Amino acid sequence: MSSIASLTITQIPAEAEALRAEVRAFLTEATAKIPAHIRAKSWSGFDPEFSKALGAKGWLGMTFPKEYGGGGRTAFERYVLVEEFLNFGAPVGSHWIAERQSGPLLLKYGTDEQKRTILPKIAQGELYCCIGMSEPNSGSDLASVKTRAEKNDQGWLLNGQKIWTTNAHHCHYMIALVRTSGTTEDRQKGLSQVLVDLSLPGITVRPIEDLAGDSHFCEVFFDNVQLSADALVGNEGQGWEQVNAELAFERSGPERIFSSVVLFDQWLAYIRTPAGKRPESTRLAGQILTRMAPLRAMSIAIQEKLARHESPIVEAALVKDQGTVLEQYIPAAIADDLLSRDEADVPFELMQTLTYVTHIAPCYTLRGGTRSILRGMIARGLGLR
Amino acid sequence: MDNMFSDALGQLLAEQCTPAVVRQIEGGADAAALWAQIAESGFADALVPESADGAGMVLKDACALWELIGRHALPLPLAETMLVRGWLAQAGASLPEGAIAMAPRARQAGGQVSAVGVRCAKVAQWVAVELGGETRLLAAAAASQTPAVFPLDAGLSWPEAVWTAAPVVPGAGDLQVAQAMVYAALLSGALMTCFERTLQFANERQQFGRPIGKFQIIQHELAQISEHAFSSRMAAQIACESRTLTPDPVRVAVGKARTSEAVVVVADFSHSIHGAIGFTAEFDLQLYTRRLHHWRVTAGSESHWHDVAGEALLADPSPLALDLIRRVSDAEASV
Repeated sequence: MSSIASLTITQIPAEAEALRAEVRAFLTEATAKIPAHIRAKSWSGFDPEFSKALGAKGWLGMTFPKEYGGGGRTAFERYVLVEEFLNFGAPVGSHWIAERQSGPLLLKYGTDEQKRTILPKIAQGELYCCIGMSEPNSGSDLASVKTRAEKNDQGWLLNGQKIWTTNAHHCHYMIALVRTSGTTEDRQKGLSQVLVDLSLPGITVRPIEDLAGDSHFCEVFFDNVQLSADALVGNEGQGWEQVNAELAFERSGPERIFSSVVLFDQWLAYIRTPAGKRPESTRLAGQILTRMAPLRAMSIAIQEKLARHESPIVEAALVKDQGTVLEQYIPAAIADDLLSRDEADVPFELMQTLTYVTHIAPCYTLRGGTRSILRGMIARGLGLR
Repeated sequence: MDNMFSDALGQLLAEQCTPAVVRQIEGGADAAALWAQIAESGFADALVPESADGAGMVLKDACALWELIGRHALPLPLAETMLVRGWLAQAGASLPEGAIAMAPRARQAGGQVSAVGVRCAKVAQWVAVELGGETRLLAAAAASQTPAVFPLDAGLSWPEAVWTAAPVVPGAGDLQVAQAMVYAALLSGALMTCFERTLQFANERQQFGRPIGKFQIIQHELAQISEHAFSSRMAAQIACESRTLTPDPVRVAVGKARTSEAVVVVADFSHSIHGAIGFTAEFDLQLYTRRLHHWRVTAGSESHWHDVAGEALLADPSPLALDLIRRVSDAEASV
């Protein structure tokens, strides 16, 4: 009746766990001097030097084949590293999208030339990518994208505009979903993915400041940008299928559970002190723990299915929706706990972290699919649509 | 082997524990015939070591069987019986005939040992009673009964002499932890039943010219029911994650808190989607949703277990919550 497979409790394989101590020792030192309210940014924290240090350690592109500069390691080994990065609040934002999404996409659909030129630099932490999906007025309705790449004698001529493109102003390449034939009336038909070198003439990138004072979203304008013929990623007209495969596999990782965990740990440190400990805080800590642990167990079970080349798409949507609810509940509940006390008793750094996470939390619902989209996907998996 | 066992139990319960049978026993009919069928099947000895002619299962294996018991709203304490028989057999003690209920946190006063709201007391021959950290096996017939809120339950009170003369159940540990583990698994089964029945209803029930499942608001409610049901199933596995007959208290806290917390959402949405018919005695949904609310508070509601989990987290020496989360969410390493 339902296509959701039951997930079975499992464990991260020992050879992957073996990496944890080394990466933890490195992160303990590397993040020691970063204040908590900055660590709370984690995968929005932009720090190329840090990315290069991880690249030098061989901790980026771990799952890429060795011939493309990767580590040829397993997805579980990468899982352990990412889990540690996020829990330490390491500034992984520079390489995040390239390493997690663009690299695997190119590995699956890219030409050999694209793989040889791009992947080794991603693995070294030196090349950053952004994803051009959304456009003004398209939002989650990606089939309505208008940006066009017209075939000409030199390759593709690109015109249009992307928006909400994370870190475009810091990135070297964009993988963009564009229309290569037909009109928006044709919906998902006629869409393709192209690799855009952001240094080309005709490209304007304009950062958009967010409510926390950061600028990681951007608007990107393409005005007669000439792409070479080999800019196409995968097959012409297959962009929709490629994008959906890409989105499906990014919904169940540790980043869907631990976005607020730096705040949670900092708050725990406070309520462990005699001044901070109160029964209702202990209860809240337990409530968060008992919601988080089953989600992590499900996330790992999904990883195992992915490693066996199954496609637990609905299960991943189910974990992401609940993970997001929890990640957004954490700052709300901690604010309620702390401000039921006298603010003078609450450490300032904790308040600063809380404020940052509170302000940024709406984006947890947006990245990787809004709540309505995910619930719609689950409903489809249940055979309701 | 695990699948063979659960398939067989699932079939047995589907045939013998029909909604009509559940209603009759809840209404006061004799449960002896149903118990005899189950005793005959040998499932009560699933956790008894193979050397004592049992199936030699451990808690981890039993989870799926307990879920089935929850799925079928079995009006007998079979899950509790399996566990107590496992403990007794493991210690080489003799195994009594009949169903065994559990009464953690009994009290001693006025020459009596008593427990309120003992789950399935009216259909049990024995009760594993915990008093002051020790668990003993007492005959249900030797107790005087007081009313309880659920039809199968009763308050029980024994003269102190009965307690003193009763045999100890070795290995029972903290009986509330064990009972919470069992009910986490029962809840996960009942939550899954509510989910599946509501999904089926939404696909069949027509309003405004189409199945109500075609309406987006219903789809989103069902998506949320499924999220809670599947998370609860994982939480139940966490609760039962042990390769022995001794549960881990923090894992149980996670399992019972999460499954209890799912109850209100799943029961509310299930009833809301079913409309008025789901609220009637003759429609089967109530057999499961009444149990959801009852089992939610059995062996401690979610807040009780949040407190337990919270204390464990505050006492954990790691500055990262991740470390305790890992300890409870990873499967136990095989030996």
